Amino acid sequence: MTKSIHQWLLSFMSETATSITEMVLIALVYLAIFAVAGLYLVLLERRVAAWFQLRIGPNRVGFQGLLQTMADALKLLSKELTGTDRADKFLYNLAPYFVIISALMALSVFPFTQELQAFDINIGIFFLIAISSIGVIGILLGGWSSNNKFSLIGAMRSGVQTISYELSVGLSLLTMILLTGSLQLSEIVEVQKNGWLIVQGHIPAIIAFMIYMIAGTAETNRAPFDMVEAESELGAGFHTEYSGMKFAYFFLAEFINMFIISAIATTVFFGAWLSPFGITESIPWLGVFWFLGKTLILVFLMMWFRWTFPRLRVDQLLTLEWKYLLPINLVNIVLMALIVWLNLTIQL
Amino acid sequence: MKTEAEKIALTTTNTNFKSEEYFVNMGPQHPATHGVLRLLLTIDGEIIKKVEPDLGYIHRSIEKMCERDSYQQIVHLTDRMDYLSSHINNEAVCLTVEKALQLEVPDRVKVIRTIIGELTRIASHCLWWGVMGMDVGALTTYFYGFRDREMINDIFEETCGARLTMNYNIPGGLMWDIHPNFVKRTKEFVTHFKTKIPEYDRLLTGNIIFQKRMKGVGILSKEDAISFGASGPVARGSGYSCDVRKHHPYSALDKVTFNEALKTEGDSMARYQVRIQEMWESLSIIEQLVDNIPEGDYKVATNAVIKLPKGEYYQKVETARGELGVYIVSTGTKNPYRVKFRSPGFSNISLLNHIAVGGKIGDLVATMATLDIVVPDIDR
Repeated sequence: MTKSIHQWLLSFMSETATSITEMVLIALVYLAIFAVAGLYLVLLERRVAAWFQLRIGPNRVGFQGLLQTMADALKLLSKELTGTDRADKFLYNLAPYFVIISALMALSVFPFTQELQAFDINIGIFFLIAISSIGVIGILLGGWSSNNKFSLIGAMRSGVQTISYELSVGLSLLTMILLTGSLQLSEIVEVQKNGWLIVQGHIPAIIAFMIYMIAGTAETNRAPFDMVEAESELGAGFHTEYSGMKFAYFFLAEFINMFIISAIATTVFFGAWLSPFGITESIPWLGVFWFLGKTLILVFLMMWFRWTFPRLRVDQLLTLEWKYLLPINLVNIVLMALIVWLNLTIQL
Repeated sequence: MKTEAEKIALTTTNTNFKSEEYFVNMGPQHPATHGVLRLLLTIDGEIIKKVEPDLGYIHRSIEKMCERDSYQQIVHLTDRMDYLSSHINNEAVCLTVEKALQLEVPDRVKVIRTIIGELTRIASHCLWWGVMGMDVGALTTYFYGFRDREMINDIFEETCGARLTMNYNIPGGLMWDIHPNFVKRTKEFVTHFKTKIPEYDRLLTGNIIFQKRMKGVGILSKEDAISFGASGPVARGSGYSCDVRKHHPYSALDKVTFNEALKTEGDSMARYQVRIQEMWESLSIIEQLVDNIPEGDYKVATNAVIKLPKGEYYQKVETARGELGVYIVSTGTKNPYRVKFRSPGFSNISLLNHIAVGGKIGDLVATMATLDIVVPDIDR
């Protein structure tokens, strides 16, 4: 399909114009995916939360509430953009874009199936780690520029938290890179045709996965690590002063980031679009189903965390990272290196 | 003696990394202050240096209004003080008036008052437990607490006609008799709730994050608890035995056996566990009474216009938050000359600065939740 579009565009455009148009088209497609995924993750979260909390959740707008978040988004679009008087207007308005663009860019490298991958760059994992940490700049800017002490505390907490947990995310993924020998996402998937990496790497891989999920939850500022917007402590934290669509950007980005963290875990630990035991090997497009299915299970896990655990305190958060996760992670890397060196991996 | 280089190093450290205390206004509109309490915080980074509660945002001069009203009308006003213990507040006023009139109410009234009082205490602790979880970030607890509180509210609605401001007591007895379903539904609730408190423990108490948040935080010594006038679960968490129900039993509380929940650690966890323990004890009190509610009248007739003999009268009861004292000065007219409520919340909130300083912002919120403040009770 992509080829026929390419040919059709070439028939009346120059080479450069075609590639630019294609980029715009891809961007639009991803923007649509972004909006839809974000909105439905919000709905999923609300239904899951309701399920955990003995409630029913939104089920009135559309079938089983399927249009609820659309309606919410329309409401947010129509709302007035208010802000504080003495905010640094430029940075204040810039902040939401940092958050949303970083989330959007990270989305573009995932291999949904063997074919369906917008950019297969050779530093895929590295790109993901780098891009996903740009978001914190937006949070810092937003909190700092809105001239509100609660926002400032939230932003500072966010800085501390993300910088700390970035290490664990990076190191736990690095542990798995030892197995694949490549940062390119398509090659990481290729390696997993002999068994998902969590099986191949067995014990250290499982430890790495657990550390990754903990650190990933902290990266996305979700409970039990939602120090940044701890509503009982800071009101709404860094986005206290945002309203309307600017608030929605932060809100959607949080959900997209959760999706991204889960999607990275799916790609690196659970074989991306590969089906279990290769049961649907013959139908490649079913990869989308497997990829999204695995990702949604992990997303559900993160929601489970959120609706079950109390929040950590700021100093306990740092203790957990620097005194427990980081040393365990470093030992784990050595363990994984030994396993790879001694050829103790499980190859199916 | 420090060398010159060391001195320079010291001074540069001081000038380059000077931290500054700053002031944050927490409330009156803040999710953790449970209403309209305003806290003036002085913070150094995340560390609390000073907490100054600023009261008065919901002051309705209830004590002054009492001087205007007749004794029957005063009862209505007390609903709006500690709205989570409204029945117990009503009871306190009625007991004081009955004491002044030297009126002996029937046993039936005493037993019903005690049962409803204990149900109120459980309902209040359910709400506290839910909100406590919410304050430390576990939103789910809120709905679990409210699920069980709802059953109690339904029982109240059936008998009293109201769910929150019940206004069921009148001087001399009760407004009307209990609903025929009352005993059955109360028993249902007791069996239901016995399976739910362990669920509370599984969801929150045993959680490692929760324990880390609560243990060793907001420590209050027994001496301080006494000198600050703390009462209720806050004082009992520090090992100060002060349960009015135990020491000065009123209504039917002298007929039942129960243990006073006591902990000696004095930290947030101790206060938490005291309240959980109190729910068990309240259940046991209800169980002992609900099966044999004596037959008889539900009130004794009083004059339409109650005039207390000249003098001063005091009666204290144990609300869900602690010791509530009612002090009435009468000059023999149909209105009291002066009414003073000794509210538990007011004394307990005065502790906040003492136990929260040195902790983090998160600790302040968690500690404040264990004090179980109800702002209208503090302000009146």
